[in-house]
Amino acid sequence: MTVKVDDPAISLSATRRRTSLRPLLGWLARRAEPVVITLGGIFAGLALFSLFLLTLGKSPLVLYQLMYTGGFGSWFSVQNSLSRAAPLLLTALCVALPARLGLVIIGGEGAVVLGGVAAAAIALPLVGTAPVLIVLVLMAVAGFVVGGIWISLAGLLRHYRGVNETISSLLLAYIAIALMNQFVEGPLRDPASLNKPSTKPLPAGYMLGNIPGMEVHWGLVIGIVACILSWVLIEMTSFGFAARIAGGNVRAAQIQGLPVGKLIGGLTAIAGGFAGLAGMVEVAAVQGSANASLAAGYGYTGILVAFLARHNPLAIIPVAFFLGGIAAAGGLIQRRMGLPDATVLVLQGTLFIVILFCETFYGRFRIFNPDLWDTGDFKMGEA
Amino acid sequence: MGDAAIGIWGVPLAILAGAIRVSTPFIFVSLGETITERSGRINLGLEGTLVFAAMTAYAIDVMTGSPWLGVLAAMATGAIFGAMHGWICKWPKVNDIAIGIAMMQFGLGLAFFLGKPFIQPAAPHLPSIPFGVWSTSAPVRAALDINSLFLIGIALAILLWWALRNTRIGLILRVVGDSTDAARAMGIHPDRIRLIATTAGGSLAAVGGAYLSLYYPGSWNERISSGQGLMAVALVIFARWNPIGCVVAALLFGGAGALGPALQSVGVTEGYYLFYAAPYVLTLVILIATSSPTRSLAGAPGALSLTK
Repeated sequence: MTVKVDDPAISLSATRRRTSLRPLLGWLARRAEPVVITLGGIFAGLALFSLFLLTLGKSPLVLYQLMYTGGFGSWFSVQNSLSRAAPLLLTALCVALPARLGLVIIGGEGAVVLGGVAAAAIALPLVGTAPVLIVLVLMAVAGFVVGGIWISLAGLLRHYRGVNETISSLLLAYIAIALMNQFVEGPLRDPASLNKPSTKPLPAGYMLGNIPGMEVHWGLVIGIVACILSWVLIEMTSFGFAARIAGGNVRAAQIQGLPVGKLIGGLTAIAGGFAGLAGMVEVAAVQGSANASLAAGYGYTGILVAFLARHNPLAIIPVAFFLGGIAAAGGLIQRRMGLPDATVLVLQGTLFIVILFCETFYGRFRIFNPDLWDTGDFKMGEA
Repeated sequence: MGDAAIGIWGVPLAILAGAIRVSTPFIFVSLGETITERSGRINLGLEGTLVFAAMTAYAIDVMTGSPWLGVLAAMATGAIFGAMHGWICKWPKVNDIAIGIAMMQFGLGLAFFLGKPFIQPAAPHLPSIPFGVWSTSAPVRAALDINSLFLIGIALAILLWWALRNTRIGLILRVVGDSTDAARAMGIHPDRIRLIATTAGGSLAAVGGAYLSLYYPGSWNERISSGQGLMAVALVIFARWNPIGCVVAALLFGGAGALGPALQSVGVTEGYYLFYAAPYVLTLVILIATSSPTRSLAGAPGALSLTK
């Protein structure tokens, strides 16, 4: 076809003929932007980490192969990765949901810890008297409520007192850890736990078991369901719509008569509730009792998961799985390559920095923005 | 035992001693963060810088036998971490808070990775640095056994306080922090100043880390920091971005932290673990009391994303 491109009339008719494909292409292009940029960031991060390994005289290829084997290569390793992803799904929501309101909450760790303590505290008197399912449900409710109260404190202080929520949530996290130590060392302490003060262990029958056919506990299902529900809440309900408006412009939301205080209180309570649920899952599915292991840093890793997922609840699922996989491969890398266990931390840190840096590339590539396809010298129709 | 001789006076004395001993890292970390935030950026990654600096200082000390060389090496690594943060955050759309947390993870990981060999052979030189000579009589001497870094920190705070008000550099820093546009109109490159400020902030925070591994607690291990780097951000707000305030905040914070152990030493053990929360509760209460929903905090740099 011999078409003179610079003739506006002809190129216009050329685009007209493609109308049937363009909306689809445009939709795909917009969706592709975060995926392509994030994958690019992952590859750049892996390349940088390779340089680090080469300077130590270790082979990056061997490491990445071990990472694949240990994290994703077999059904066994996939299950290991999924188990590690489970708490991150919930703690990431604790950051992602308030972020839609424009709040940066970094104290999810506190809700995890207190949620775990609350779950253990409510379960122990009921063991032996109430049915297993009731105990587990009550544990989940207790974890959710306590975690929700804790994080909503940060949200409400922000709204009603103007206290910065990032700082207050961080302070509340430290206070929560001190409270946990007080409970676990004091009134809730199991006298039999000598070296590692803990609450009395849950009897095996009361533990949250594995998903049938898998070596992964039910916490994974809880986390995935929470992510899906959060996505529906944010994207499909009027509550979520109002929250997004308030996140975009508080003043505009107030002028519209939206109850900003209730939105902030509600959403931070749900967010903290999920983190509290992560604590309950740690107690009911992993530890069997509440102890200092609850403060294992899930709250802090959750912050990074949420940012990598760009605060999209559905995107949290693959990001958490990916990070869970890296963590799961840690032991294998340590044994086979003689590298310290902190290798995984360095790799994660490198990836986080590079991927977050890649935020700067959003909106820079015209190919991802259909509105710009026909401007300048770039013409999607002719490519 | 001398402790029994002073009786009830042991409590305030122990709190004072604890405040001085514990506050030094807080002083340096919060002074560093003050410089950074005064330029309009926030660096949440100082925890990583601090721990990496603690490792570097200790490693250099083990290898050369000179603690001061360790402090200098730590400052150099802190400057590199700060410069990394400053350079990455100058790009549009990059979130400084998220990068800070990522840098924290990276710094911790790298410190644990490279610091493994220095956990065990730690014992040889315990490089306690010469102490301030302030001894009167009695067991009070132990309490007033002051590390020279503490005195340097106070001198530095006064110097910074003076320099922020009275020097050209201080003025440039304040302009950049208050309004990016005004700085541009004056012909200043805001990103360059912020890069320098974050670098300086990182190297100061590193001194705090060096204090941890070289003086108190005085060894390198993976649990060396109890969140001093993260708390810097809260302390700076507490101090209202004022270097002198940083010293006061650090002393108060350190003193509140010493409350539990001090009371325990005279037999009050009830709620021992709750006293660990005392510094955080104190900071939170002061924040609540001084914040207002209608205006931003007094003294807050205008361009700071944290205090809108």
